[in-house]
Amino acid sequence: MKEEHGDKHTKRYGMVIDLDKCTGCGACMVACYAENNVPFKKDETDKLDSLNWIRIFQLTNGKPYPDTEICYLPMPCQHCDGIGKHGHPPCVSVCPAIATDYDDSTGVVSQIPTRCFGCRYCMAACPYHARKFNWWDPVWPADTKKYLNPNVSTRMRGVVEKCTLCFHRYQQARDKAYLEGREEIYESEYQPACAQACPTNAITFGDLNNPDHAVFKLKNSPRAFRLLERLHTNPKVYYLSSKTWVRRAGDNYLENESRPKSNRQKIHS
Amino acid sequence: MKIDRRSFISLGVGVVAGTTLTPVPWKLMDDISIWTQNWPWTPVPKEGADTYKTSVCTLCPGGCGIQVRKIMDRAVKIDGLPEHPINRGTLCPLGLSGLQFLYGPSRVKAPMKRVGKRGEGKWQEISWDEAVSAVTKKLKELREKEKPHSVAWVAGTDKGTVPRLIGRFLTAYGSPNFIRPPSVHDAYELAVYLMQGQEGAVGFDIENADHVLSFGTGLLQGWGAPVRMLNIYGEQHDSRKIVQIETRLSDTAAKADQWVPINPGTEGALALGIAHVMIKESLYDQSFINQSVFGFEDWTDDHGTRHIGFKTLVREDYSPETVAEKTGVPKATIEKLARRFARADKPIAISGRGEGLLPGSLSECMAVHSLNALVGNINKPGGVSVTSEPEYAKWPEVNIDMTASRGMQQPRVDGAGGSKYPNARYLLHRLPEVINSAKGESPVQALFVSDANPLYTLPNTKATKAAFDRIPFLVSFSSFMDETASHSDYILPNHVFLERYEDVPTPSASVQPIIGLAKPVVRPVYNTRHVGDVVLQVAKSLGSFVEKAFPWKDYQGYLKSALKDYWDQLEEKGFVKVKNAKDFPWANRFNTATGKFEFYPSARNQPSKNDKKALPNFSPVPIEGKPEQYPLVLMPYDAMRLTSGDVGNPPFMTKTIDDTVLKGQTVFVEINPATARKIGASEGERATVATPRGRAKVRLHLFEGIAPGVIAMPKGFGHTAYSKYLAGKGVNFNDLIGPISDPLSGLNTAWGIRAKIDRA
Repeated sequence: MKEEHGDKHTKRYGMVIDLDKCTGCGACMVACYAENNVPFKKDETDKLDSLNWIRIFQLTNGKPYPDTEICYLPMPCQHCDGIGKHGHPPCVSVCPAIATDYDDSTGVVSQIPTRCFGCRYCMAACPYHARKFNWWDPVWPADTKKYLNPNVSTRMRGVVEKCTLCFHRYQQARDKAYLEGREEIYESEYQPACAQACPTNAITFGDLNNPDHAVFKLKNSPRAFRLLERLHTNPKVYYLSSKTWVRRAGDNYLENESRPKSNRQKIHS
Repeated sequence: MKIDRRSFISLGVGVVAGTTLTPVPWKLMDDISIWTQNWPWTPVPKEGADTYKTSVCTLCPGGCGIQVRKIMDRAVKIDGLPEHPINRGTLCPLGLSGLQFLYGPSRVKAPMKRVGKRGEGKWQEISWDEAVSAVTKKLKELREKEKPHSVAWVAGTDKGTVPRLIGRFLTAYGSPNFIRPPSVHDAYELAVYLMQGQEGAVGFDIENADHVLSFGTGLLQGWGAPVRMLNIYGEQHDSRKIVQIETRLSDTAAKADQWVPINPGTEGALALGIAHVMIKESLYDQSFINQSVFGFEDWTDDHGTRHIGFKTLVREDYSPETVAEKTGVPKATIEKLARRFARADKPIAISGRGEGLLPGSLSECMAVHSLNALVGNINKPGGVSVTSEPEYAKWPEVNIDMTASRGMQQPRVDGAGGSKYPNARYLLHRLPEVINSAKGESPVQALFVSDANPLYTLPNTKATKAAFDRIPFLVSFSSFMDETASHSDYILPNHVFLERYEDVPTPSASVQPIIGLAKPVVRPVYNTRHVGDVVLQVAKSLGSFVEKAFPWKDYQGYLKSALKDYWDQLEEKGFVKVKNAKDFPWANRFNTATGKFEFYPSARNQPSKNDKKALPNFSPVPIEGKPEQYPLVLMPYDAMRLTSGDVGNPPFMTKTIDDTVLKGQTVFVEINPATARKIGASEGERATVATPRGRAKVRLHLFEGIAPGVIAMPKGFGHTAYSKYLAGKGVNFNDLIGPISDPLSGLNTAWGIRAKIDRA
């Protein structure tokens, strides 16, 4: 299976998030809650126990008024391919229950809550804090149970959850294509809830291996970078920014270290 | 057996070793955890047939098209409608949270009558017949006392068929007091009325503009139709530049091509400084200024009196040096701003702060609109134009009786349109003051509130509450237990937008006339009723002339008769683009006395003797508080993740809020690190903010993006009603500020207040 990675028939679904476009409105977060049955509590201000599959972070260049700049960075699970793209993201390698796995046909890092027994080894291994632990059983007050999506199972206390790239939407699209006698699904047929909702179209989603998909070109933009690239986690979530300080904030650099060595240096900003 | 020390210890060790080694407790603990995890607490959503229904979102004036995914009779997800021209398949966090309004914990589930004291929260469920007859009884009583004008109705908007139905009801009943909450559009509409003689909503064709000069407007923070603005921003045409002039590094300022920090409250001066440079360097549209404007050059009136024109005023009083001193914007920047604005192909200047729930100063609005005139970009594609609402609601004239006629001739209770504020249409913020200062009984004897929450949204909450306590009969039509509903005598809950029919007129600040139709996507979840139907039922029970004004069986029949030709298309698609040539704003002409764009508004009812006051000028809005006592300036800010109007923030959106904005139940006040250093405060510290109007416990967030000496607080917290997912979180900015009426228009202009921070 592993050899299939270079095969052009293998899909590698991923995202390109344009930080120049993101205004931090929060539509992606809410679309995700609504699509994936993410519960809410009275107090959600302790971000360590607040369940979010995608969360917007605010970056700042730290300069004093009026030279201050801020930038919003939405962060879902990065769906790492792992070193050498062998399908070994940090979390998958450590899971003792095979509750999280790397899907070789799509590149999606899955999460199966019913298999998880809550050891949270994956959370410790994930360098992006993309995984969240259910400290409490979810509660849907009043009649809010009625809006739950039957395509996504609700999670119980004691398990880990995270972004699945709305894998249920992929399954639905695949079923539809199968019924219509197609082998391939269209780019527009499978879009996660966050990408679909984004009012500025900052989030582009598609098959990173498919030259016809928008993400294929975007990921090679001179503005592109990934988070913590030096860890060789090989994320499938790319970011675009025209600002050097933002691209530099994507990794931990020492104060006097030279700028990231890549084609990104070419642009000025 | 004698227990000595030795046997006691060995027994103890034995017990410890035994319990550790035996599998029983471990097995029990394991069983308990597995057993409790299997308690049926986590629901398994039922599967079923999957359908999509199209409708329109009415949670804000944006009017986005939505498609609601349904599983059997349950609505499970709201997505944007791809073919809708405003949002093109995308949606904002509020629209995406729509189902939390439908099924959420703060809904009023049946008509209710207050049984305890006001605001105590003791209610009795009543039938709809009882509710309608209670309202009818009160209204009959007031008419018999010849006091129909003591009835007032606060409705969320004045556009669309529901407000018109309410207006028609009030006319037939005999009250001139239809009031809607203030908005930035009040100031735009008034400025445009004075300068162009045109009445109607003001549209900004930003889609086709290439340079947007925004004087603090929250273009990306909920202004106008929020998703339309975000869509336009996302297109990222290299040719379109956004310049944001604002004291705080807001989300709009952060995303703009250029952020111009400015001293708070001096935006109008900067606009005139820019005008100065444009005139001095002859950068204005010569042909438009020469042919289509009045009051630019000096002029002589019929009596032979000389008047100075806009050109002279600006050249004399608003040189870049003077303006730089007032605004804190360097002279070179002012010149650059002017040149870039003037040289753009389709430049637009926009005034008004934040999301646009505050009308702002009329003179500031006129000063900014003068820039649009200088570039001649008015009533043109890519410019600013007056749009007329598509005329679909035309009904037979109302015949009224003598009582109603006498009532209609009384002055409005809020003073709008009266001798003091002849040009204003609604002045809701004055209502508390009018009621509180009245001697004897309150001039408002019965108040009806629909799609509005004045007890939360009006400045100076304390005074508003005192005023409402003087109104003997208070009825709310809210679907939710909001502040006003929880303080009223009767609640007659309306359906939420996913359960009812309602037309949605052209989205706020948009140019293309669109009619949308919100449709019942699911059957009403609770025992609620459409506010339009309740109005019709009350009219019927009042009988005689009032009844005759409403020849419709129900609201749906009324809506159908209003929308006639559009109905079928609306039912099918959810929206109609009106393609009538006369609806396109660029066909409109200036309708002033001179037939031109007037820098010197001749239509103003009380012409000022001082030319400099009559022309667009900078008259700073004074803010409350003495600088010696209150060294800082407190300003509110709007954010896309927090609603600040009549709709309470849904739990999903509250969940998205950063922990540097809200922590636990406490809100953060943004303060510049330099200011914080002066008072010795550090990040996250608890403190008290005090203004002349009130005090509040807060935390401090050190933020480089706020000007030194200024502090900022988000609008939308401090609710006392709704559910535990919103109530008690943070502070309502309106508790800390009072209204300041614009001397020209009467509109509320209070953009900030002086404040101090006491460290806890």
